[in-house]
Amino acid sequence: MSSELLPYTVKPHPVTGVYSGKLGVWLFLASEVMLFGAFFSAYILLKVGAPLEGPAHWPLHSERHMSWMIGGFNTLVLIISSVTMVMAWVSLKSGNFGKARMLLGATVALAVLFLVIKITMEYIPHWRDGLTTNTSNFWGIYYTMTGLHGVHILGGIVVISYFIGPGSKLWHENPEYYTNRIECTGLYWHFVDLVWIFLFPTLYLMS
Amino acid sequence: MSGEHHKELGFFRKYVFSVDHKVIGIQYGITALCFLFFGFCLIMMIRWQLAYPGEPMPLIGGLLERLMGAKWAEEFMPGGRMTPDFYNALGAMHGTIMIFLGVVPLLVGAFGNYVMPLQIGAPDMAFPKINMASYWCFAAGGVIMLSSFLVPGGAANSGWTSYPPLSAIAQPPAAGWPILFSGQTLWLVGMVALITSSLLGSVNFIVTIIQLRVKGLTMFRLPFFVWAQFVTSFLLLLAFPPLEAAGVLQLMDRVAGTSFFLPEGLVVSGQVAMVQGREIAGGGNPLLWQHLFWFLAHPEVYVLILPAMGIVAEIIANNTRKPLWGYRALVYSTVFLGFMSFIVWAHHMFMTGMGTSISAFFATTTMIISIPSVIILTALIISLYNGAIRFTTPMLFALAFLPMFAIGGLTGLPLGLPVSDIPLHDTYYVIGHFHYVVAPGTILAIFGGIYYWFPKITGRKMNDTLGRLHFVFTFICMNVVFMPMFFQGLAGVSRRLFDQTQYSWGAAVQGWTITSSWGAWMLGVAQIFFFINFFWSIWGGKKVSNNPWEATTIEWSAPSPPPHGNFATEPVVYRGPYEYSVPGMSKDFFPQTAVTEA
Amino acid sequence: MYRNLLRMLILVIGGCALMAIVSPAMAQDATAPSFDVEITGTYGPFLPPDVSTTGHQSDLLINTLHWFMGVLFVGWGIFFVYCLVKFRQRPGHKADPKPVKAKVSKYAEIVVAVFEAALLVGLSIPVWAEVKEGFPTEEENPQHVRVVAEQFAWNFHYPGPDGVFGRAGPQFIDMASNILGIDPDDEHGADDIVSGELHVVAGRPVIADVTSKDVIHSFSIPVLRLKQDVIPGMRIPVWFNTKDDSAGNYEVACAQLCGNNHYSMRALMVIHATQSDVDAWLESAKPEEFDEDEFD
Repeated sequence: MSSELLPYTVKPHPVTGVYSGKLGVWLFLASEVMLFGAFFSAYILLKVGAPLEGPAHWPLHSERHMSWMIGGFNTLVLIISSVTMVMAWVSLKSGNFGKARMLLGATVALAVLFLVIKITMEYIPHWRDGLTTNTSNFWGIYYTMTGLHGVHILGGIVVISYFIGPGSKLWHENPEYYTNRIECTGLYWHFVDLVWIFLFPTLYLMS
Repeated sequence: MSGEHHKELGFFRKYVFSVDHKVIGIQYGITALCFLFFGFCLIMMIRWQLAYPGEPMPLIGGLLERLMGAKWAEEFMPGGRMTPDFYNALGAMHGTIMIFLGVVPLLVGAFGNYVMPLQIGAPDMAFPKINMASYWCFAAGGVIMLSSFLVPGGAANSGWTSYPPLSAIAQPPAAGWPILFSGQTLWLVGMVALITSSLLGSVNFIVTIIQLRVKGLTMFRLPFFVWAQFVTSFLLLLAFPPLEAAGVLQLMDRVAGTSFFLPEGLVVSGQVAMVQGREIAGGGNPLLWQHLFWFLAHPEVYVLILPAMGIVAEIIANNTRKPLWGYRALVYSTVFLGFMSFIVWAHHMFMTGMGTSISAFFATTTMIISIPSVIILTALIISLYNGAIRFTTPMLFALAFLPMFAIGGLTGLPLGLPVSDIPLHDTYYVIGHFHYVVAPGTILAIFGGIYYWFPKITGRKMNDTLGRLHFVFTFICMNVVFMPMFFQGLAGVSRRLFDQTQYSWGAAVQGWTITSSWGAWMLGVAQIFFFINFFWSIWGGKKVSNNPWEATTIEWSAPSPPPHGNFATEPVVYRGPYEYSVPGMSKDFFPQTAVTEA
Repeated sequence: MYRNLLRMLILVIGGCALMAIVSPAMAQDATAPSFDVEITGTYGPFLPPDVSTTGHQSDLLINTLHWFMGVLFVGWGIFFVYCLVKFRQRPGHKADPKPVKAKVSKYAEIVVAVFEAALLVGLSIPVWAEVKEGFPTEEENPQHVRVVAEQFAWNFHYPGPDGVFGRAGPQFIDMASNILGIDPDDEHGADDIVSGELHVVAGRPVIADVTSKDVIHSFSIPVLRLKQDVIPGMRIPVWFNTKDDSAGNYEVACAQLCGNNHYSMRALMVIHATQSDVDAWLESAKPEEFDEDEFD
């Protein structure tokens, strides 16, 4: 493998004003918007077309056994994790690797907290109550969309952990490159939060 | 920025898990050619059943029984006679393999990967490791698709479009097999892998084209091929995610008991419908799948044709020895096509109970999208005017592309207007139409591209005599295969029929079906010229210079084959892509990278 | 180079001619399995006979389009071949890189666009509105029938003398005696007739509600230029009318892949000359279906 980097991996392109990684992440997020957009469209179509009564009907808000408290708390957890992510990047910009690492650790911890709450306080009790993917399409799409979101959270945890651990070597070789990577990870992470901010009212609050 | 001082890599890093765009391009090319051949074999088997329904397949029937074992033969081809289920599986897998594992990987993965960075003077793709990941996702998707032939029940058999509820209730996993191991489920999992591969690739392509063009190479100095790849990448990036979403939803329907695509009250063979042994709740909508599917699959059509147009444009400019006519019109038309392709999808769904206003909307967008296609074709044909046309082997394929694409495009008109679509929808007319676009169209362009860039990849030229024989027989046979389908379609024969002679109109045109089948088998035979030529030329072809076609674009200024890092010194571009026959020059081509006439 | 071109042309034309000679020789006429009755009309290789009152409109559009396509293709083709011959590379001939001012192409594109727009507005949209949404009124005395598709058969449900369909639901389905799940407690259902054949009268409009029990099918009657996807969970009405002189036997097809025996999902449509013929058939079809029910 070439020991030299391709052009504009670290420094921004003079015309486009961004380095390649950042452009790549934005494009990736565009496709993610299409992905979640398709799921939200499916949600709307399924809701509109659902039978009005019978076992397959769309559950009313009161039937959903979903606590906006838990969902709201999780929303807060993710928003704070977004803040710690930004702060980590700012610390790197000012050259403070130790602080950044700690903040990245906090981000991972918050992400894990989110998943633990989601699984132990929502998925498991719901499933025990007989509210499964098989119950009705509301529950089907609820598990599918939050599950997919959970997979994105998990992906974020893996990537951030990598940059705390083995990936942090790069800081000592090429701090600017490392900072860029954290910025890209941050963009992804904000997107994942944003998806949740759409999911929360859709699934928890709207009737 | 060249990578000349890289350390020697081991075999695996150099040829298997390579991050070099050229190696990955070749990997894509070889893998996809194998899949293309495999997909073609499937259709040659289907053509037997269509031509001689219910008769045992000579040779192949026995061979498959030997190869796959008696138990397999008993299930799928008892006595060498294909079962309807196996016929449907072959049909579904032919479509899937040809599109997702053959043509798109060849056009984008192979040609795009190999040629595009060279044409913009880049040392590699912007993200080499992601490029490698993209290839291995594709390979994994391919293996998953192929493995589905080996599970009980066989490969997916609900058509390449996989319309639920049929696809949701089809092929429950056999007792004792894990839940994922049924043909349709593996199809969905394979599709998710292929989509991931496409997404990784398209991000890489767009970033590379935007960021890594060498000095002086403005967007309007890009070869048309690069523009075609650029637009194609946007289509892949934005159109594929909805299919991924649809795939995940159908996967949930199949394995997790949801009913996103299943309405209430389904009764299959007198029993309340069950999925995976559970009663389903219902309340879903089968049309939701079709919308999500065609939202991808219509742009996908342009993914299949735009890069082919790009290849043809390169070959035509080079072999007419003059600039392409209307370069800017070509570029604008391509961008416009890309944009419009997102709002025509429901013309595949005219028969689903669509009202006048919605059908009028989609018919209008469809008519609008035909205009840029006409402009592109016209520009390419006018490019011939005032040229000095060299009938080289790649040029023959590129020239043949034009009338073939014209037939394919024109026959789309009766299908795009809802009223004329009523008798023709889902008949062989549709099959004829899109095969004229992708088989005599795109596949001829792919062959042209292989003959054209082969000297860059190997440093040797393919044999011209064999190439011409290959061209003539391929061209004739393709028309023999697909022309009868228009008559079958007009007569009213539905597609996907195991035995069309069940119907009066099918029996009436059975002669055409037989002709078409013989054309397909002859087409298979004609490919022997290509196989021999291809493999022989790798080692025994005539050695040629770095620029054997006397072309102007940047890839021809690199050594053949280009080393890791591509260019010894970073090229600088001084002019547009097709400066041929510039008046007052001694040579008839003026490379983009030449400072002066040297 | 010129000789090469000539050789290529000879090969291509010769090859096509050879295939043209060989293909009819390979063509054998197969005969369709019949239903005990002769199917009316001759078929292939162009559009099937048209026995509907509306089908001539889609045929007109298809024919117009093919003429239009032919003209365009021949026009392109002549220019294409002219270029190949006139501008072939040969000693003393050089390419001229100056772009030609091709007004013709611009006009051709405008003509194409205008023609397409005219076809769309003139021959497509209004016809679609008529054939898909212009249902006959009750004054025109349409015949009502329910079409229920299932793997792999068409069921036609006639309302019987009372003119009202019995209520149906999946819970009543019994493949032996009640394949459509008609509610046995609904008095309107008692005289209903269920058959695998579609019987209509020449010249009397028909309104058919198409539904599916299981997967997506497509209700296709080529001689009526009628095609409608049958979507489970949806009840989609379609209508057609037959020409006065169209009495005969025709085929109903499934045009959407619906499973392994999709190819044999074929039904008989009989167009009778008079209403009394239909009534006689309905009378004859009735007992069998309902005897079984009585014995349940």
